[in-house]
Amino acid sequence: MGVQSSIAIQASGLIKIFGGDRAVDGLDLTVPAGVVHGFLGPNGAGKTTTIRMLSTLLRPDGGTATVFGHDVVNEADAVRGRISLTGQFVSTDEQLTGVENLVLVARLLGHSWRDARARATELIEAFGLADAADRLVRNYSGGMRRRLDIAASIVATPDLLFLDEPTAGLDPHSRNQVWDIVRALVAADTTVLLTTQYLDEADQLADRITVIAKGRVIAEGTPGELKSSVGVGALNVRLKEPGQRPEAERLLARVLAVPIHLESDPAALSARISDPERVAHALAELTRSGVRLGDFALGQPSLDEVFLALTGHRQDAGTEAAEDGAGADVP
Amino acid sequence: MTAPTTSQHPPVTLHRVLSVRTRPKRPGPLAASLTHFWRAMRTFQHFPAQLIDIVVFPFIFLVVFTYLFGGAISGSTGDYLQNFVPGILVQTVVMMSVYTGTSLNGDITKGIHDRFRTLPFWQPATLVGNLLGDAVRYTIALTITLLLGLALGFRPDGVPGVLVAFLLMMFFAFAVSWIFTAMGVVASRPETVSTTSMMVMFPLVFASNIFVPTDSLPGWMEAFVKVNPISHVTTASRGLMHGNADAGDIALTLATSGALIAVSAPLAVYMYANKNKH
Ligand SMILES: Nc1ncnc2c1ncn2[C@@H]1O[C@H](COP(=O)(O)OP(=O)(O)OP(=O)(O)O)[C@@H](O)[C@H]1O
Ligand SMILES: [Mg+2]
Repeated sequence: MGVQSSIAIQASGLIKIFGGDRAVDGLDLTVPAGVVHGFLGPNGAGKTTTIRMLSTLLRPDGGTATVFGHDVVNEADAVRGRISLTGQFVSTDEQLTGVENLVLVARLLGHSWRDARARATELIEAFGLADAADRLVRNYSGGMRRRLDIAASIVATPDLLFLDEPTAGLDPHSRNQVWDIVRALVAADTTVLLTTQYLDEADQLADRITVIAKGRVIAEGTPGELKSSVGVGALNVRLKEPGQRPEAERLLARVLAVPIHLESDPAALSARISDPERVAHALAELTRSGVRLGDFALGQPSLDEVFLALTGHRQDAGTEAAEDGAGADVP
Repeated sequence: MTAPTTSQHPPVTLHRVLSVRTRPKRPGPLAASLTHFWRAMRTFQHFPAQLIDIVVFPFIFLVVFTYLFGGAISGSTGDYLQNFVPGILVQTVVMMSVYTGTSLNGDITKGIHDRFRTLPFWQPATLVGNLLGDAVRYTIALTITLLLGLALGFRPDGVPGVLVAFLLMMFFAFAVSWIFTAMGVVASRPETVSTTSMMVMFPLVFASNIFVPTDSLPGWMEAFVKVNPISHVTTASRGLMHGNADAGDIALTLATSGALIAVSAPLAVYMYANKNKH
């Protein structure tokens, strides 16, 4: 409803150079409308710089980007009419009250004083800040500032919202509140580009994730695809009888075709796996051969593992992972 | 981690706010400027202590100079006040004009400038609104300082002269504030703006005819004081307030101010509009 173009962001070969250093170095990004797209990367990877270029605040030194089909450089005004930005650093006025901040934005969007006050009041309420509406923002807590900042970004509900680390430094409760807001935004048809350092956050909210490092894309896919691309899921098996371990090891190694680790617990074995289907076969094989299972668990790799694997061994695995997107066979 | 969604506020309300998709027509330059002016006034209301900072300096100068040096310089404190009050009024507004640059720089470095830049209004409205706010602050500071002067024994010729002198001083301060606005756009921290500008403004204010008559100075200093624009505003204001205005001084002040505006205003607006683009 209401979103004409099905592609929210289309960037290709984006470059930004700060005094000789390539903060963003040939970055490609495609974000379909109506999703939450996670944008991950270590400190200094170029996330904020990319977002500033996409939101028309910074002119790219190379490459092109369009937002809902509008060029971010040549049609900056058209882009600004569709987007909002909640930057990494809070951009509300500390010397005004919460409600005054929202009135200010509403007025600068073109609302009459009356409509501006009405909109500010309903936003303050919706964001759970009614009690603090008339307090100066400099007396707000970090979580309250964040929420006010997001509220200021949706005074005119944008079709695309850039959220640059919206939960950095927030406690779990405040973080949940921000997550609720993001979910409500997507339910209301707003596309969200979400930058975060918290991988569980991307896992919770994002439909797709782009991982960048040193200004380049190093991996892209759904959270699930990214996990399986790294192939670090683990099978943990505990036997009823430790004496059967050598046989179990032999069987598992044959079916799974990966090295089997013998744990310090004499009844336990584990293996890193990439194909869950083989696990089913392997377990069936064990039972068929009379090896008695105490219990077993299939651990999904966390996004943290994915992240570390991708950025930690970038030289070995990075470029290939980027090439074949969510390819299955990254070492 | 599968976090239960514990929301304080019912998502329904959030949904309702988010369902508003219509955008108003973009504001005109006047509406946007007045909104920024409103912001400046609100800030002023929330921090009335600003006012104390603004008038405490002129007050100290007024009392110290009048009673410590007034007699020595002009023969009597009363005579000294007649020349000194217009001068201290000029000093007050000129020093206040620095604030325009520091507050703008605060906006830029703190990030609200980024918010403004993504909103669809005529961008220089920020500068215009701030300058309108300055005009109000100047008026308040001038009025308070004048009242102090009157209480101490300052006797101007009449109300119209005082009002015209106020306008002249404010016009001059407005011109000077464009320099600090430009500085505020490029500086990396508000402190840089205030320190740099004070380093320029203090010598200019002291090497003027505000505190002492020009002819009492050594030759080289006298030469400088005579070309110092602050001396011209001061002389013109004294004339206006005492009913013996010299058209030459007024014209010189207007010309200097006009030249300052012609150079620094477009520069400041241009640099502001292009901030972050490169
Ligand atoms: N205005 C600037 N001038 C010079 N260098 C800059 C500027 N902005 C960013 N950089 C540099 O560009 C690189 C990318 O910075 P950026 O802020 O985009 O990273 P990020 O991914 O957002 O990091 P973080 O997670 O810490 O926020 C960094 O090396 C940073 O020092
Ligand atoms: Mg950042």
